[in-house]
Amino acid sequence: MKKLIFSLCLFWCGALLFSQDYFPESEGVKANNNNFTAFTNAKIFVTPTEVIQKGTLLIQNGKVVNVGASVTLPQNTIVVDLNGKSIYPSFIDIYSKFGIEQPKRSSGGRRSPQFEPTREGFYWNDHIMPENDAIGSFKYDEKEAKELIEAGFGAVNSHTHDGIARGTGVLIALNNAGTDANRVLDDRSAQYFSLEKSVTKQQSYPTSLMGALALLRQMYSDANWYANGNASTTDRSLEALIKNKGLVQIFEAKDKGNDLRADKIGDAYGIQYTILGGGNEFERIDEIKATNAKFIIPLNFPDAYDVSDPYQAGYVSLEDMRYWNQAPTNPKVLAENGVTFSLTPYELKSMSKFKDNLMKAIEYGLPKTKALEALTTVPAEILGKSNVLGTLKKGAHANFLITSGDIFDKSTTLYENWVQGNKNSINNKDITDIRGDYTLTTEGKTYDISITGELAKPKMEVKLDTVKLDSKISYENDWLTFSFSADKGAKTYRMIGAVLPDTDNLSGRLILPDGTETSFMANKKSGFEEKSKDDSDASDAPKVMPVTFPNVGYGYTSKPKQENLLFKNATVWTSEEAGILENTDVLVKNGKIAKIGTNLGASGAKVIDATGKHLTAGIIDEHSHIAALAVNEAGHNSSAEVKMEDVVDPEHMGIYHSLAGGVTSIQLLHGSANPIGGRSAILKLKWGEEADGLIYDNSPKFIKFALGENVKQSNWDSYSRFPQTRMGVEQVFMNYFQRAKEYDEKKKSGQTYRYDEEMEVLAEIINGERFISCHSYVQSEINMMMKVAEHFGFRVNTFTHILEGYKVADKMAEHGVGAGSFSDWWAYKYEVKDAIPYNAAIMHSQGVTVAINSDDREMMRRLNQEAAKTIKYGGMTELEAWKMVTINPAKLLHLDDRVGSIKEGKDADLVLWSGNPLSVYTKAEKTIIEGTTYFDLQKDKAQREAIKKERNELVKMMLEEKAGGKKTQGPKQSVKQTFTCETL
Amino acid sequence: MKNILTLLLAIATYLPVSAQQTPAAKQTEAITIEGATAHLGNGEVIESSLIMFEDGKLTFVGDSKMKIARKGNIIDASGKHVYPGFIAPAKTLGLIEINSVRATDDQDEIGELIPHVRSLIAYNAESQVVESMRPNGVLLGQIAPSGGRISGTSSIVQFDAWNWEDAAIKVDDGVHLNWPRSFRQGRWWMGEERGYQPNKDYSKDVETVVTFLKNSVAYGKGKPTEMNPAFAAMQGVLDGTQKMYVYADGEKEIIDAVNTLKTNGVKEVVLVGGYEAYKITDFLKKNNIPVLVQFTHNLPVFDDDDYDLPYKLPKLLVDSGLLVGLQNNEASNFQTRNLPFYAGQVGQQGLDKEKALQLITGNSAKILGIDDSYGTLEVGKSATLFISEGDALDMSTNQLTHAFIDGRNISLETHQTELWKRYMGKYEGE
Repeated sequence: MKKLIFSLCLFWCGALLFSQDYFPESEGVKANNNNFTAFTNAKIFVTPTEVIQKGTLLIQNGKVVNVGASVTLPQNTIVVDLNGKSIYPSFIDIYSKFGIEQPKRSSGGRRSPQFEPTREGFYWNDHIMPENDAIGSFKYDEKEAKELIEAGFGAVNSHTHDGIARGTGVLIALNNAGTDANRVLDDRSAQYFSLEKSVTKQQSYPTSLMGALALLRQMYSDANWYANGNASTTDRSLEALIKNKGLVQIFEAKDKGNDLRADKIGDAYGIQYTILGGGNEFERIDEIKATNAKFIIPLNFPDAYDVSDPYQAGYVSLEDMRYWNQAPTNPKVLAENGVTFSLTPYELKSMSKFKDNLMKAIEYGLPKTKALEALTTVPAEILGKSNVLGTLKKGAHANFLITSGDIFDKSTTLYENWVQGNKNSINNKDITDIRGDYTLTTEGKTYDISITGELAKPKMEVKLDTVKLDSKISYENDWLTFSFSADKGAKTYRMIGAVLPDTDNLSGRLILPDGTETSFMANKKSGFEEKSKDDSDASDAPKVMPVTFPNVGYGYTSKPKQENLLFKNATVWTSEEAGILENTDVLVKNGKIAKIGTNLGASGAKVIDATGKHLTAGIIDEHSHIAALAVNEAGHNSSAEVKMEDVVDPEHMGIYHSLAGGVTSIQLLHGSANPIGGRSAILKLKWGEEADGLIYDNSPKFIKFALGENVKQSNWDSYSRFPQTRMGVEQVFMNYFQRAKEYDEKKKSGQTYRYDEEMEVLAEIINGERFISCHSYVQSEINMMMKVAEHFGFRVNTFTHILEGYKVADKMAEHGVGAGSFSDWWAYKYEVKDAIPYNAAIMHSQGVTVAINSDDREMMRRLNQEAAKTIKYGGMTELEAWKMVTINPAKLLHLDDRVGSIKEGKDADLVLWSGNPLSVYTKAEKTIIEGTTYFDLQKDKAQREAIKKERNELVKMMLEEKAGGKKTQGPKQSVKQTFTCETL
Repeated sequence: MKNILTLLLAIATYLPVSAQQTPAAKQTEAITIEGATAHLGNGEVIESSLIMFEDGKLTFVGDSKMKIARKGNIIDASGKHVYPGFIAPAKTLGLIEINSVRATDDQDEIGELIPHVRSLIAYNAESQVVESMRPNGVLLGQIAPSGGRISGTSSIVQFDAWNWEDAAIKVDDGVHLNWPRSFRQGRWWMGEERGYQPNKDYSKDVETVVTFLKNSVAYGKGKPTEMNPAFAAMQGVLDGTQKMYVYADGEKEIIDAVNTLKTNGVKEVVLVGGYEAYKITDFLKKNNIPVLVQFTHNLPVFDDDDYDLPYKLPKLLVDSGLLVGLQNNEASNFQTRNLPFYAGQVGQQGLDKEKALQLITGNSAKILGIDDSYGTLEVGKSATLFISEGDALDMSTNQLTHAFIDGRNISLETHQTELWKRYMGKYEGE
């Protein structure tokens, strides 16, 4: 029915208003309508903060002519009295797909990956499409427009949501009566980017988040180079990118972490993106605020999980439960912190959800003014359209809403949404209220009639004395039809009548049970009174769980703080010449190891009795893939341009688990999908800090290389990427290093050169500024790699895995390369057939610096035990075994001046163990980084209890939500991918 | 230490290098081990022990103060430790050699309900991976097929044999059933989320198992005119001569599995995995279900779980009075040599060390039904045992000097020790 009214009410003025002066008229005579329309006696929100209590809005030809408390009306004005009603600027959806057919993922079997681009005359990567102008495929969609209009939108900003660089968008007025000639407000409204590849293109690169980021960096750098006229060929992508430079730049990030990643790229190239967020910005609000970016926030909140089956409920993590509970606070938190943001219904399943979620956001503390701004002035401002959209100031498009009252009140009715001066009626604002109690007398009996419910959709109850009768009612277009049955359904009385505004009584035609037509008169006894809702609801504010650091199970309620500590009477494993010191004190001050000795004074430090316990330096894992959002960029055989630092995940449970195993530092390595992998992130496991807070200050520079079966792609069906043999692997290195050398020479000679991030990195290696951690197994390839390095005048820093290192340990020692190895892994593939657990001991015996590493999330939380295996296999001493997980990896990572041993002046990265750290029976009791305790057995115990309690509370809340009839989603366990070298 | 190394290496140079150690000959002379701390595998320990065995059987297990004649070859093991050979249940050892090389893979046959498929005949007694178990004290294993709903029938072998026939100590001991999961991982390659979601087909999957069981029962009652190999292979678990090993981790799955199997005539049920078994120990006890619990070097399944839940899980079950053994079914075969350390890890969680030892010796033997001969050091049982320099459940002290299977003095050399000695020889020679 609503739809019918709606289409009926598309007003007459439209067609007349927008005929073009210079267009010939063939269907009649030229007749322009230059009349004014005035809306009087309304509460007018000229802007969210400029409100006229009883004012007039005057419009003409689709624009606001005047607005104010008293406005002089020209004679040719149609006056609409809005006594008591409100006027708001119509909403703007800044992140829409409106009118643009979105590309669909091409279905089709998996073939060998496609490495080359498909286009000619464009950028080398198919996912870069800044030349794509959405206007080219724009087609106004009246049906979709209706839905948006009904939800209160007057303008939408749309684009093709596909690819990493997506081209430009269009800003459209939702004027169903107009044509594209006036609806298209801007055909190059903004330029768009994302981190996701095009669904229509098959080019393999980038296969990862970090690859997408590297691609964007290179794209911008190439655009600058191109703009300076350095290219000899035409690149229409770069030309478009250069042309679009002056537009608003919008980045689809969709997650708090990606928000920051996008902003970082912008910072590097002098661009301030407007960022499409993900809804979880509240979890890292300080960093979000620091971007100074404007945000577009999808108003999308998760449904509660259906936890009615306790077994199934067990699969839902506290993190996910809590997110359901906290997500509605996101707009509030953004507003509180002064972040400028717009709201969008982007990716909502239905428009009706938009209003629900908006109300929810307000219920969770979003100020109404901010809500209105987020839907009007902010999107207009982002798009640079503040003068014509988002307000009702003079000259703005006449896009406005007429409501029964406060637009953010649940009971408010949206009557009309005017767009460019065209009325769209959603609910009849002039409807007569027929609700009330009546008496109706016919055939000698008097019936009591009570009409209640919604104004436009009333309900009816008919009683004879105290007996309730079956009845029906419908009320449409000022006509009332109703019926009731008496004598247990034997007699039906039917009535129809027009409702007249000038009387309280209802009257009209009555058809008696026997078919006789007569008339009826229902006399109103009393009016309808809406049951006043208890306004004390406010005290019933929804309970929101506190955000923890990180905001997952085992996150801390506040970030752990640095303390001065004194360990008394410990057995101290120094990992230094000093060896193992009995009954020794260690003083930690300002995050450093201040003093090692006996009978040290506390001087204000917190004293920890370590009698019977062992204190060591924190374990360092030279080869890890935890705390990462991606691990391999497999799109090319070299990916030196990618950085693991770009994809650090500070919320990964592996961090906490590893701390519980005494690990304090790791090298987060790129995987082994390609001979030249990506740059490493070297991290301290500071649980609770954000991603950048985990990365070492002045981090040594490392890169992953790989050899053998993985880079040859031997163990899966991939036959098209070079190299497929160890012979080819050598050639990849020779070729890349030769090119890097030539690149570097050209650069140093002062000639113009095209900045190439990949070549920059490789040149760093040749220049000894960046170190290689090379995944390697068999002796032939180990030897080859050293020869390649020697050819280019550098040395390989570390061979990781290096399971046949024992066969060439003498050559390794001569080359000066270190080794990071598994303690006892073998037999999982052909190239580890000769892997032996004595490897570490043999290499050590030949003077190679050896570390025991994990490459495995499980093993890394008990590297102390893995180190102990070198005693069993090859007879290492306890002292040397322990060095293999502390000072040796520190040496390999060039961090031995900062961590890896207990020495005065070094970082206080310490582990207090319950006993000999090499024993299987020993537990880590405290794990400390720079004087801050990140894991503590006692705190862990308390955390377990807190998790149990909070889960229980959230389960109860979700059960209530379900009982209250709210929609729920099925239980699920979200899992983060567990990465190893080989994860693609 | 260096001296010992050199000595070892010197010995090594006289040993021939081969792919597989030659199986030891039958015990002909009595052997006496004197002075070691004997860990009997039944919870008992003898500080200074005297152990004697002849013809592959233990003839004396007691205190070294005992004044009786020492027989045969006497090994002075003072300061050392003696253990029964460790037992690795639910493994595909010898069924696959190199994980990524398909040609070496014989562990998973096509078909969902194939109890008639038998592991024993594919067991490679000359596997280098099997050989590498021995220097860590892992001397026996249950070789089970994997995959599908009912993967097949296992056998129990010892790890020093010329061929599978020679290796077998209990043929076709049990049938292995992977219980359906009520949650399944999203098929992300089809656009689903990567996480786990309820398995809509769970009841249907269970029904398939029930139907199969009922058919097997019916088949066994009649006189079949036509052989059905699958139903026929189920008769052992129905008459109690074979055990049913059911793999399940979730609370619901475990309850469903036990109830279903019991009501459908399966006599002896062993639970394998049991991640959530600690929540329903009373139920398991009431139903008399032993547990081959998952190994400890594992991650918590749920992020909200205690970080050390996998470490302490066996202890929780032992403390509740259940019969518990350890297996590492889900780990690569080469990892099975770490079996003693999985048990050691439970010791870290406060389980008495002798009880921790039982998880890989006496208890496992009982669960597998080989406790008449194996699993503990008791007179009359097989002399399958080893001597270690120190605590065999701890990495640094698990250093074997001797190992015996059925009294045979087996080699502790492997492909790996040979490579070690070969290359150390190369460097020492330089």
